[in-house]
Amino acid sequence: MNVLVPTTLDEAVAALAGSEGALVLAGGTDAMVEVNAGHRHPRTVISVNRVVELRSWTYDPSTSSVRIGAGVTYSELMEPPLADLFPALAQAARTVGSPQIRHAGTLGGNLGTCSPAGDGLPVLSALDAVVHLASTAGERSLSIHDFMVGVKRTARRPDELIAAVTLSVLGGWQGYTKVGVRNAMVIALASACLAIDTSPDNSSSSVRLALGSVGPTILRCADAEAHAMASVDVASASVSAPAVQRFGELAAAACRPIDDHRASADYRRHCVGVLSSRLLRRAFPNG
Amino acid sequence: MLVFFHLDCFEGRFPMADSVALNQHYVLHVNGVARDVHDAWIGESLLFVLRERLGLLGSKGACEQGECGSCSVLVDGELVCSCLVLAASATDQPIVTVEGIAPTGAPSDVQQAFVDAGAVQCGFCTPGLIMAAHALLERSPDPSEFEIREELSGNVCRCTGYGRIIDAVSRVSVSRRSVGSS
Repeated sequence: MNVLVPTTLDEAVAALAGSEGALVLAGGTDAMVEVNAGHRHPRTVISVNRVVELRSWTYDPSTSSVRIGAGVTYSELMEPPLADLFPALAQAARTVGSPQIRHAGTLGGNLGTCSPAGDGLPVLSALDAVVHLASTAGERSLSIHDFMVGVKRTARRPDELIAAVTLSVLGGWQGYTKVGVRNAMVIALASACLAIDTSPDNSSSSVRLALGSVGPTILRCADAEAHAMASVDVASASVSAPAVQRFGELAAAACRPIDDHRASADYRRHCVGVLSSRLLRRAFPNG
Repeated sequence: MLVFFHLDCFEGRFPMADSVALNQHYVLHVNGVARDVHDAWIGESLLFVLRERLGLLGSKGACEQGECGSCSVLVDGELVCSCLVLAASATDQPIVTVEGIAPTGAPSDVQQAFVDAGAVQCGFCTPGLIMAAHALLERSPDPSEFEIREELSGNVCRCTGYGRIIDAVSRVSVSRRSVGSS
């Protein structure tokens, strides 16, 4: 086994190109668990947490978007100004593990593992993130919806490194919530992110709802989103109680949960309804 | 770029195909001292290297999956679970373990407060909690009880019920304030 510790993106992608099947190690909060348990025997480990390009983020005012390096940690996502730009991402980050896990775990690692329960992923889905993959051939960008292809399966090629994600700064309310057995150190039984995009004059808006832990990957709820857009009044931040309930029902109908050791499919579906309705009411408190 | 080579082996603990150990070595900077690590499987966690290679037994291993916090150390100033750090990737980064938090024989204020408050029962979780409490008070000198609970949420204690641990952290916060104002 080799361990490579590149410090620049060029070095990292060159190392990846030169070592087929290498394990890319970011915060280690998923990968080291498998190595410790002997479930994973990589021939080469490329530790990327000192690659400077991955550790920063940049705001582009011309497109009102932020490019967040894959090595940015959950703790960093919880700090302003990032937390002010993407409050749902900060909320999701705060629910990840413990301070120890949040200091190590990264957004890129969340994408690389691509667990349906990954806390950052519903937010990236609701914000229609663009994922940037780097290789010696250059950079390839694809939608988060095309990046996530199944349970712990992504569109990343073995020679590609997850370099960054780009998120648009939206004009409306956004929030993340999840259900688990306690408030810390918990893997979501079900999670949901609601994000509203509102134009400055309230003339147009979109509602995005993404669900975690209730399907092979993160699910968007087109029917619930369309229902919400037809039901809410953005200017007065209002929505009727029956419309909130219907929103939850449509979200529950869209999810595809399984029974496992954490929860039954029925309970997960119930959670989705509750979480989705709760988020819509928070976004539109009047009503 | 730093490159380390090592073939896979360690006493059957890691079921690897090869069983030949090479004498490649690397250096970790632990508690201000450069420590050579020899004859180690390159895939070992920092926790394992601290305990089994360097004889620093303060950090405890329980879950080895980041759930319990008993292996908490500072790497580059950040509180992390040493079981989830690949030791060979932590070269050139300052590492502080519970052994380095205060001079030998002279407890830190946090350690003394744990004794005074009765926050230690079996003691297994204590080193990790001491590290977490130091990190918390460094970042937030006057934490609320809610903040203490959230910041210590990654450290599992099965004896105390946490009440006296929270009390100990609060005592340090108060005593540091009174020292600062006197």
